[in-house]
Amino acid sequence: MTAPTGIPVGEDELQAYVDRRLTGERLAAVEAHLAANPDLHEQLLADRRLRGTLRGQLEAKANEPVPARLRIANIRAGRRAQLAGALLRVAAVVAIFVAGAGGGWYAATLQGPARVQTASLQTPSTATVTQGAVAAYRTFVVEVAHPVEVDAKQEAHLVQWLSRRLGRPLVAPDLSQHGYKLMGGRLLPAGSGQAAQFMYDDQSGKRLTLYVRQAEGGSETAFRFLREGDTASFAWIDQGFGFVVTSVAARAELLPIAEAVYLRFEHTEETSPTRKN
Amino acid sequence: MADPGALLEPLIPSLRRYAYALVRDHDAADDLVQDTLERALSRWLLRRDGGDLRAWLFTILRNLHINAYRRGRRQGTHVPFDLAPMPGTPATQDSALETRDVLAALDQLPEEQKSLLLLVGVEDLSYEAAARVLGLPLGTVMSRLSRARQKLRTVLEMGRATLLRRVK
Repeated sequence: MTAPTGIPVGEDELQAYVDRRLTGERLAAVEAHLAANPDLHEQLLADRRLRGTLRGQLEAKANEPVPARLRIANIRAGRRAQLAGALLRVAAVVAIFVAGAGGGWYAATLQGPARVQTASLQTPSTATVTQGAVAAYRTFVVEVAHPVEVDAKQEAHLVQWLSRRLGRPLVAPDLSQHGYKLMGGRLLPAGSGQAAQFMYDDQSGKRLTLYVRQAEGGSETAFRFLREGDTASFAWIDQGFGFVVTSVAARAELLPIAEAVYLRFEHTEETSPTRKN
Repeated sequence: MADPGALLEPLIPSLRRYAYALVRDHDAADDLVQDTLERALSRWLLRRDGGDLRAWLFTILRNLHINAYRRGRRQGTHVPFDLAPMPGTPATQDSALETRDVLAALDQLPEEQKSLLLLVGVEDLSYEAAARVLGLPLGTVMSRLSRARQKLRTVLEMGRATLLRRVK
């Protein structure tokens, strides 16, 4: 026997039957169909029982009092505190930048017009490079699925590719002495050019990046340290390229790593034409 | 605009229940709910008016869960020591699985089937809302629901056999 009404019973209606969401004519049609198919009927009744049991098993969970930390008022208070922290960090960066630019300008006025150009070019360029590096660090350090574009397994390819795109021989310095292992790297847009980011992590999963890009400033600068929130960076410019080492680390912890990177790159620049890495 | 708190608070118990059924750990479930609420508050203004608030929250929660699960798989699952089954110890009494531990049987289903059974069967979401949470067309949801129920039934019927296979 088939359903008496012309429209055949559908799988969706059988599910709706289990959920008791059918009414009227369609319910009658399904019931008629089930009367003729006792095995199917038995299955659906079993499904209905399981549905009921599952609800029963979980009922207590929904009846528990809501923990304080999940109250909306508390969650909003937490968010406000976070927001205030973020604004403070932004303010701190602005302050550092203004101090840097102001200091540069002051230095320039002291030293006369001839120095103006170098001062105004040099100071912002480390700042810009560092900004780019910190932004890139922030973006990709939290990335779980795709922290790097090219994996460290293809290190030779990675280094060659990034060197070609940046127009400078690069290396991924070996930082294993400092407990960091290369994860890989990626190419990023930076101003009118490109930047290379190498990402490392240590045993605890803490990440460190080395960011390299062309810097307008040209000549060399000393190491500059910048702390933004919990991230710390050492930046320097060397032979037309800006280098930034960034991590969530103390200054003292990061400095020897930055020095190692600096030495490693000084070395490449001198020996790169003949050296096969 | 309605106060988000007044709209969200009444939904928290059912979010906690869904989260608990997914992760089967009370603290982890509340972490998941907290993340869900934080995200909902931060995107409150982006929420489409007239959209189903419950479906939206379940979607956020599920996506957070799936992301965390992927991360967990990369880092290896963290099992508290005293909860890890001791190898070699005779497993739970056969009867436990045979009788009525539907929740435990549910754990053997893929996440999508699990979510469907929970959202439709426990949280009483409409089929349309469940389809939106899972990002599937309605028709697909109906046939997957059918398959999920069949799978759950089979898992429970075959409970004993499955258990033996798993212990081996």
